[in-house]
Amino acid sequence: MSFQLTFKPYGNRSILIEWPSIISETILEDIIHFKRAISEKKIKSIVELKTAYNSLLISYNTVCRNFENEVDLLKSIYNSSRFHNDSLSVLWKIPVCYDDSFGIDLKDISNSIGLSKSDIIKLHSNGIYTVYFIGFLPGFLYLGGLVQSLYVPRKSTPRLNVEKGSVAIGGNQAGIYPNESPGGWHIIGNSPISFFDVTKKIPCFANSGDKIVFVPVSFKEHQNIKISVEAGVYNIESEAMDG
Amino acid sequence: MVEVLKEGFYDSIQDLGRFGYQQYGVPVSGVMDTYAATFANSLLGNEVKEAVMEITMTGPKLKFHCHTTFCISGANLSPCLNNMPIKMNQIVRVTDGDMLSFGKHMDGLRSYLAVFGGFQTEIIYQSKSMYQGITNHFKINKNDLLSISENTAFFNKKHASIKRNDSYLNTKVISVFKGPEFDQLSENQIKALFSKEFSISKHHNRMAYQLEQPLENHLEPIITSLVMPGTVQLTPDGKLIVLMRDCQTTGGYPRIFQLEESSMNVLSQKFTGQTIRFKWVQP
Repeated sequence: MSFQLTFKPYGNRSILIEWPSIISETILEDIIHFKRAISEKKIKSIVELKTAYNSLLISYNTVCRNFENEVDLLKSIYNSSRFHNDSLSVLWKIPVCYDDSFGIDLKDISNSIGLSKSDIIKLHSNGIYTVYFIGFLPGFLYLGGLVQSLYVPRKSTPRLNVEKGSVAIGGNQAGIYPNESPGGWHIIGNSPISFFDVTKKIPCFANSGDKIVFVPVSFKEHQNIKISVEAGVYNIESEAMDG
Repeated sequence: MVEVLKEGFYDSIQDLGRFGYQQYGVPVSGVMDTYAATFANSLLGNEVKEAVMEITMTGPKLKFHCHTTFCISGANLSPCLNNMPIKMNQIVRVTDGDMLSFGKHMDGLRSYLAVFGGFQTEIIYQSKSMYQGITNHFKINKNDLLSISENTAFFNKKHASIKRNDSYLNTKVISVFKGPEFDQLSENQIKALFSKEFSISKHHNRMAYQLEQPLENHLEPIITSLVMPGTVQLTPDGKLIVLMRDCQTTGGYPRIFQLEESSMNVLSQKFTGQTIRFKWVQP
């Protein structure tokens, strides 16, 4: 692990570690490895480790009396950890129905970027997306990997109600709304999968570093999958990936 | 059992929050004013983490269906038991059929009702804090039946009062640490932040408090990063937003301050039009 990191106190019971301000998979891997290395030390005072594009936030259960000591410990963990090629990432195959009844913004995007609806669907479902982290809403995956030809500025006025499962693009990002919520991205389809399930011990199936592909399904298939999901018998198709 | 005869403006069951799930995008939640909530619990002999009812501005009308004890702390919303005024911050004994109501809003914004043994509502991810999409109920509604424990034990009223400092309900001072992007602020911005008073805009709730006066701003948004309750964000058009207990886990605005825990309690008791002033945390 070889990035020049900065360590900042954030309030009096958290430390924020920052990587260079760019979005890259190399940084993502470094963050995931560092997070795992810290977790493996099982430091009792650490309550939670949270990550975003270029940062790792460590929250402690008490006030950090000596910030420098904590930082020295974290630096030594970072410097002594080696990159193992044993990442445990998973490729998830997410069914998406791009039917007009779901893809309510397909027509507008088609007009603004000059590609046909079927081209947009093809480009979107041919991509392999990387899960950077989960944030914004419970179960909302920040996905990287959208092809440049699908970059569309976000809507100038966000919708007040975006339907659960809406598959959307906004700027250079792609995502799925895990629950009904307001939202400013363009909706191109819908997935019947639950991205956040409070009945499960761990509410999200995907982790930072995992990959996502979107598999087009018909309206009928979407409905059938939805029934299986609601009955709790649907298994998301996945593959383990080599590091 | 407590029956909700009439709902208030916005009431919910909260404990000290849901920890360990922010990595899945789940807000921390929990009582906005931890001082008031833990005080009410302590007075009853409860553990400080027991779930209480957070009552905002205008209270509900509640009917007790068992013998028990309760305590109200935080904002004074003129509580009455069977239409007779009762004191804040003291143990009150109720019997089956007693009615608790609230009247005129005297000070603060959020009042806390702790009952003996705590409210026994659903537990999701080790917390009873209500939040939409996590718990089945995200606020208290008319006709709700809330499970509580019976308490018929003898108690000595003489021992059931305690001195309490309520000055935090009236202070304007909000103590802050530097936020991760503080050092990007200009000298003029820093001067303005510490010399001006800021008032609470009408946009304030459990997620965030927006301040009325804008700050002249040139800072660009950041790459989406992590935020916490108590983080003060500065938007491109100069709005100051203080994130509260139900805030999102990530955000893209520069984080200029982080509130000291006790100042979260102070701010939680403020409402539209009241003013605050920022001050560095005293070491």
